[in-house]
Amino acid sequence: MRHNQMNKTTGKSREFHPLAVGYACLIYLFLFLPIFVVILFSFNSSARNIMFEHFTLEWYGRMFQNRQLMEAFWNTILVAFASTLIAVVIGTLCAVGLHKFEFKLKQTINQALYIPIVIPELVFAIAMLVFFTSLNVEMSLFTLIVSHVTFSMPFVVITVRARIAGFDQSIEEAARDLGANEWHTFYRVTLPMILPGVISGGMLALTISLDDVVVSYFTAGLDSTTLPLKILGMVKKGISPDVNALSTLMIIGTVGILFLSTAIQNHLERKQDSRTSSTGMSTPVQSRKASAP
Amino acid sequence: MEEGRKKTIVKLIQVEKSFGQTDVVKKLSLEVGAGEFLTLLGPSGCGKTTTLRMIAGFEQANGGRIELEGVDVANLPPNARNVNTVFQNYALFPHMNVADNVAFGLVEKKVKKPEIKKRVSEMLRLVQLEGMEKRMPSELSGGQKQRVAIARALVNEPKVLLLDEPLGALDLKLRRQMQIELKHLQRRLGITFIYVTHDQEEALTMSDRIAVMNGGMLEQVGTPEEIYNHPRTRFVADFIGESNIMEGVVKETKQGDWQLYMDCGSVLLSQEEGCRPGELHYVCIRPEKLKVSAAPVEGFSIPVQVVEHVFIGSQIRTIVKTTDGKKYKISSPPDGTLLPAESQGFLYWKSGNAVLLPDDEQDGAPLEKGEDAFAIEGGEAGGSLV
Repeated sequence: MRHNQMNKTTGKSREFHPLAVGYACLIYLFLFLPIFVVILFSFNSSARNIMFEHFTLEWYGRMFQNRQLMEAFWNTILVAFASTLIAVVIGTLCAVGLHKFEFKLKQTINQALYIPIVIPELVFAIAMLVFFTSLNVEMSLFTLIVSHVTFSMPFVVITVRARIAGFDQSIEEAARDLGANEWHTFYRVTLPMILPGVISGGMLALTISLDDVVVSYFTAGLDSTTLPLKILGMVKKGISPDVNALSTLMIIGTVGILFLSTAIQNHLERKQDSRTSSTGMSTPVQSRKASAP
Repeated sequence: MEEGRKKTIVKLIQVEKSFGQTDVVKKLSLEVGAGEFLTLLGPSGCGKTTTLRMIAGFEQANGGRIELEGVDVANLPPNARNVNTVFQNYALFPHMNVADNVAFGLVEKKVKKPEIKKRVSEMLRLVQLEGMEKRMPSELSGGQKQRVAIARALVNEPKVLLLDEPLGALDLKLRRQMQIELKHLQRRLGITFIYVTHDQEEALTMSDRIAVMNGGMLEQVGTPEEIYNHPRTRFVADFIGESNIMEGVVKETKQGDWQLYMDCGSVLLSQEEGCRPGELHYVCIRPEKLKVSAAPVEGFSIPVQVVEHVFIGSQIRTIVKTTDGKKYKISSPPDGTLLPAESQGFLYWKSGNAVLLPDDEQDGAPLEKGEDAFAIEGGEAGGSLV
């Protein structure tokens, strides 16, 4: 009893009720067991995802020999990095502009940024398809990149703007005052200060682009299939172990990006100030996932 | 002191600035000499910071001319002007350490690296921040941040240093200390300082000259002594230090003298200059110059009742009430003899110790709001006395 009371005042390291611990374990099991099963079966020597026989790396080897799969993989990487780069540049400039200048329709533009995020992804995808067809543009890697930029750019704008919002205007004035022209002020002062926001926006854009299915399904050409589309196609014929192997690698890749981005952000923010803007990383992902059909 | 003012370095000619419908600065003309410490003093919203920002180049004037060393700078961006600014909230670059912050301007000027290093460490020694080169701004105290901001501006050897309430965020003790340090620094370097503050004590302590601003216009420009002893407008008399202000109408007596008739009595005026018969005038007397005696003094006819004495350490404050119910304050050394409270007396002052001001305020609005001169000042310095 006494032990419990003491901990109530500190609010730290409280001993948990066994039921609470069990409940927490169940939740984590629910979240991660399916993922774990995929990873496990990717090392399974049996071709059927029912019983684990013994350990093998065969499927990984087969996966790398699958030319179509590899082509889709490189397409995905190309589209993700190209669209992220473009989205980061446009999005950052947009956020800086929205912060710096006062103009008509500013409020409207601010609100309009949320449209690609909140509308159902399917509607957005069909809109892109109709748009490209009406312009007589043939579906290709190009259309794929353009549509990925369109839906990932708002995420960059929102994360960068969150970072800029708490900014003291006079810091940029100080740079001008000390002899920096506008361009120097931007890359010596403004950009380093908003960099954590730019990076988290970019990581967000990258992960969204990497696993996008719906928009890609409508805007990819015949020779520009991406990995998620390819997997979708393969799954239709039954889940083969090489899909498990591929999924395992994707999990490792995505988690790696997540850790990397968190580490970079923490490093940058610790260097600058104690302001925490890492929330920009999680919330938009959730809202997007929720809107996905 | 005088030779420092030979050369004009900053010149404002009929400068105007408005934001939307509001005129913030109205036809302001001012000259600042090389090596001078000039303070722009005024209540918040009087346009002093805007004036400073126009000199720095952050705001464009709507009218008039701003000259730096004889050159019209209207079209020069801030980075092309040989002035530097110390901001109220320091505005240090949060992603750079102290040395990089100070070196910023030199890097922009493409000064060679060894030279930068030498000048940065010299400057940090000057502001007593040696050994702090590698600290980040977030690891510094307010006073240290302010020193970095000053070093960062001064290292560029500007012709003029603009300071926008740089000590506003510091506590009183540190502020007093920094006031003296800044003044010493300015004397040593011989750089022109234009200093913006709303703190009249700070202005009196540090400045060679003070420009008192109100409502976007200059009320008076002069040395601290001139401003304090010879305020030229009622606003200045009221804003700088404490003042007793009485109002009355000047009339010529049968003997040909000038007499000021107030509701509470009358005074024979010793100097005629600036008197306009039949018009409203104000008499401003500092509390330490105002006296009360038991017997009437020749030329003065202002009967008062002593309300109370307040001991405030170095001085005794006496509050007196005139027949029209207004209260005035007198400060006197604690060793003098005092009329007891509740007793009757007569106000007087030595000739030349009071300032007579004609009523040339445009609308007089700020003057009518208080019951007496006291109430206007109550919030600022002598709040405890009322």
